Amino acid sequence: MESLDTAACPAIGAGFRLQWEPAQETHVLLYPEGMVKLNRSAAAILTRCDGRRTIADIVADLEQTYSAAGLTADVCAFIALAVERNWVELRA
Amino acid sequence: MSEPISVPLSQRDAAPGPRGGEPERPGPPLWLLLELTYRCPLHCVFCYNPTDFTAVGRELETAEWLRVLEEARALGAVQLGLSGGEPLAREDLETIVAAAHRLGFYINLITSGVGLTEPRLQALKDAGLDHIQLSFQDSTRRMNDFLSSTRTFELKSRVAGLIKKYRYPMVLNVVLHRLNIDHVEEILGMAERMGAEYVELANTQYYGWAWRNREQLLPSRAQLRRAEEVTARFRERIGARMRVFFVVPDYFETRPKPCMNGLGRLFLGIAPDGVALPCQAARMLPGLTFPNVREASIGSIWYDSPAFNRYRGEAWMKEPCRSCPERGRDFGGCRCQAYLLTGDPDSADPVCALSPHHHLVTEAVERADRGGTEPPRTEALAFREYRAGPARE
Repeated sequence: MESLDTAACPAIGAGFRLQWEPAQETHVLLYPEGMVKLNRSAAAILTRCDGRRTIADIVADLEQTYSAAGLTADVCAFIALAVERNWVELRA
Repeated sequence: MSEPISVPLSQRDAAPGPRGGEPERPGPPLWLLLELTYRCPLHCVFCYNPTDFTAVGRELETAEWLRVLEEARALGAVQLGLSGGEPLAREDLETIVAAAHRLGFYINLITSGVGLTEPRLQALKDAGLDHIQLSFQDSTRRMNDFLSSTRTFELKSRVAGLIKKYRYPMVLNVVLHRLNIDHVEEILGMAERMGAEYVELANTQYYGWAWRNREQLLPSRAQLRRAEEVTARFRERIGARMRVFFVVPDYFETRPKPCMNGLGRLFLGIAPDGVALPCQAARMLPGLTFPNVREASIGSIWYDSPAFNRYRGEAWMKEPCRSCPERGRDFGGCRCQAYLLTGDPDSADPVCALSPHHHLVTEAVERADRGGTEPPRTEALAFREYRAGPARE
């Protein structure tokens, strides 16, 4: 987890799609024959994983949006989990 | 940070469901499967399509399929499978995909690859197709062509190349059974050469044509064990480059699968003639009249029809399911399997060791164990064909 490079740019993984589901009032991540319902923090992170912003950018944006500080560890932990499950891929 | 919730839609990531005695109002049909046609250029011996599929009424028109998509999406359906038969046999497949994409479905095409030319793949990609699952019968041309009773192996290899070229994840599905399970090493090798990212080694489920051919298709325990060992070794070597799912045939289990994660809970299937089903195979269940989308809205079918409410909740269960602590996890297993094996669709799935009919399953496995590994008895196999009947001449 500590090894995540915060200069990397996370993007939604190939074959996955992130979208808002009005019927479920939640963001979901879709993949073949499956779906992950995202809680609010997961959705807040994943909607910012556009392949252009770095992890550091995303942390800064979240800290500003939610008037919070010290989110780096939480965000990195979640992105590491997302990478492990192929939800997210890291670009240089 | 709490874990996002994974909603199980397929057998491969099944998870516990809610408990409770009375049927509660179900959630939306999150997973919609359209069996666009029963037409198929192949004649597979393990097909789960109904063996009397030639007697099924005329296929829905394009406009009718589009209405199904709109209504299901409005209820909250989000995963869409396009299957068949061979969905590419429908000339309006691209129109259906484009409409589904506009509505926000995640669209998976489940195909044999027959008919998937480069112009069609380009058109499907442009229309918004998300994902393709390509079926293979076996790793060798001889066995592939024999089991599907056609010459398609080279065509499928070419289609696999096209799928890569159009930057889809390469997802191979191989149905395993007695006649090809000893080739798992070659099958995985082929998948590796094709650059497959996902391989599903799905043991045959015994419905439709496969049920008719069960005595020829059920592998022995020794075959199954070897195939699992080969798969485990392959997984170790290949690492994260390829994910291999091995779906054990449920005849070898002692607890039933949570079939469809419970009928009427997540899955809505529409057959080519518009009949709405809580499982692709459910058409065989006696005593139920399945509604047709030509006559009723998707909302009334899903929430209000007696056929979809029949197996919701637990009130329909008999012993040993009714008092079983696992009933909220496996829902008594598969209703179709219960019916095929015991004649009573409300009985426990005989796969369960607690079922008084479990011996029917263990005896079938014992017969398979005694069967040795003689070459396939072609004269005993019924190939899926339009003229339903016993083995082809």
